[in-house]
Amino acid sequence: MSVHTKSAIGIDIGSRMTKIVRICGGTVTDAEMFDTGHNPLVELSAVMRGLNGDIVVATGYGRKLVQAPFSCGAVTEIKACARGARHLCPDCDSVIDIGGQDTKAIELGKNGGFGRFEMNDRCAAGTGRFLEVMASALGYTIENFGEEALSADMPVHVNSMCTVFAESEVVSLIMRGEDRRRIALGLHMATVRRVAAMASRITVGGRILFAGGVANNPGIGALLRDELSCELVVPERPEFVVALGAALIGLQGV
Amino acid sequence: MNQHTQLWTDLGLDVPLHEKLVDSLGARYGEIIMSQKNRPRGMGYFDEAVHESHGGRIQEIVDAKRQGAKMIGTFCIYVPDELILAANAIPVALCGGTAFSIPYAEKMFPRDICPLVKSTLGLAFSKTCPFAPIKDMAVGETTCDAKKKTWDILSQRVNFHVIEIPQKKTEQGKSLWLQEVRAFRDRIEKLTGNTIEYGVLKDKIRLMNRKRLLLKQLNELRMLPEPPISGKDALVVMQVALFDEPERFCTKLEVLIHELQERVKNNVSPFTPGAARFLVAGSPSVMGNWKVHHIVETSGGAVVCDESCTGTRYFEHLVDEGGGTVDEQIEALAERYFSIDCSCFTPNTERIDHIVELVKNYHVDAVVQYILQYCHTYNIEAVRVSGALKKAGIPSIVIETDYGEEDEGQLRTRIEALLESVKG
Ligand code: SF4
Ligand code: SF4
Repeated sequence: MSVHTKSAIGIDIGSRMTKIVRICGGTVTDAEMFDTGHNPLVELSAVMRGLNGDIVVATGYGRKLVQAPFSCGAVTEIKACARGARHLCPDCDSVIDIGGQDTKAIELGKNGGFGRFEMNDRCAAGTGRFLEVMASALGYTIENFGEEALSADMPVHVNSMCTVFAESEVVSLIMRGEDRRRIALGLHMATVRRVAAMASRITVGGRILFAGGVANNPGIGALLRDELSCELVVPERPEFVVALGAALIGLQGV
Repeated sequence: MNQHTQLWTDLGLDVPLHEKLVDSLGARYGEIIMSQKNRPRGMGYFDEAVHESHGGRIQEIVDAKRQGAKMIGTFCIYVPDELILAANAIPVALCGGTAFSIPYAEKMFPRDICPLVKSTLGLAFSKTCPFAPIKDMAVGETTCDAKKKTWDILSQRVNFHVIEIPQKKTEQGKSLWLQEVRAFRDRIEKLTGNTIEYGVLKDKIRLMNRKRLLLKQLNELRMLPEPPISGKDALVVMQVALFDEPERFCTKLEVLIHELQERVKNNVSPFTPGAARFLVAGSPSVMGNWKVHHIVETSGGAVVCDESCTGTRYFEHLVDEGGGTVDEQIEALAERYFSIDCSCFTPNTERIDHIVELVKNYHVDAVVQYILQYCHTYNIEAVRVSGALKKAGIPSIVIETDYGEEDEGQLRTRIEALLESVKG
């Protein structure tokens, strides 16, 4: 079978969402996403029954869980993210990925490999989860949160980066009568400062691919671009970059 | 009922709680250490030593005390064991490596202190450390802030001596240190009622040097392309070194080394050929703590070197055995202990150079800087270490963690990614 007809499936089991990408030759034929939930294997089996792939590679936080039932290979989300990013943006220097509970910054190497990387520790600051909690504290949906923030004329400074503390800080700002959109902007800026500080520990600059579900939030993208003064490339459906990377690793070999 | 329950009752321990601790340690040891494949037979002694650390070893010390010996608890490898041994006392390192006792410490002490100190305090205050009631004195040192302030608390309940360790390796620092070693000798002599004599001290210096040389020999075998011992087992040997009876320890270690040499001849290694070689550098991993080693080695890597107080810092540098008087012996001791490159010193350039040298000698592919949470000196020094490693072209990561298991998945991802980046 030649590379052009061979198909591969990448499964990215994140802490919040599971993403599945099937590629055949060079093109993506399927992309599915569902809540990881407490028993991801059930849903995953259902989705997998409808897809056929010559090879399956799992990645993400639950990679070990699916390795045996789907007799597939497993790679870390760092490696998969680097591969996916390189494929989508051949001239990128690094990638920032903000997912549900993880934020990563990875230096891209040649041939889809990677160099140094940074990842947040067990704290949810600067992750999708943080933004989710804050959006709901302010009565926004996660879909309109970024746009609302960008429409503010000025930010309200938010100090806390701890999800729990920030939530009470937000509540007290609301009580003080602060404008909701300004608070939203302040929260976005706090997130971006945190992510930028982490990314700055590795070489950033030049072109950066912005991956992960949070890349759908236009506020974070715009502010991150300013903060890092770099070119930030947001691919179509950024939440699938890691799953795509896993599928590519399956297809092209490790 | 455990065969030592009577002993623990007599020592005034909280027996049910203590049994829980022993069971949880035993279970973890089984899961993490005993489950390894292809272990050297000679590890049997060290497994036994771990299991008997709260039983047989305690009984042994209690018996020795009946014969007039004293027991001295220590918390740092700067404390010269030779002086303790020469005064007919038994040194035992009391640092806590278990998460079990941390909740007891958190009832009284701030949460934001290093887990090693919290675990130690928790053991001391929850009546689960059988060494606590049998020690005649404890010795602290002025290394990091967490420890310094812990001594203020512990010294209210137990006979305590604090050795002042200078912060700079200057001439003044050296002379302060020498005075402190002398003062320690005086204190030990007073406690035991024994005068430290030239011949006995010479023997003890030889004994500790022998122990260091054997540990060095063990570690040199880890430099080989296919190390005959896992990083976890080598760590267990180090952990046992900190509380075991030194003569017996040396004899058993010799047996192990002999077996390992045979394994080398027959190409027996616990690792798959070509496994990526890791150096773990930073904070100590004391008894009960096998966290990073376990993650590295269950991810397909091999820990081949420990740059820590449960590693090279403990066994490198020998004491000069040529001293002709007790005074000269004490000077030689002071000199050896002062060469330890703990991050509590400023500047601490030797350590950074040393890590780069270890990377070469042990043919290391990647370095994990292991920092116990809130261990500021190692954490901040990690910046310089990372810089030096980057310059040397060695991939590395810094992990800051405590004794809990919540972040294991996270750490596994980072360590596996480091492994992938080595394999290319
Ligand atoms: S890290 Fe420093 S303070 Fe801690 S035991 Fe080692 S030498 Fe002593
Ligand atoms: S690990 Fe660090 S903070 Fe903890 S006792 Fe040792 S030197 Fe102090």
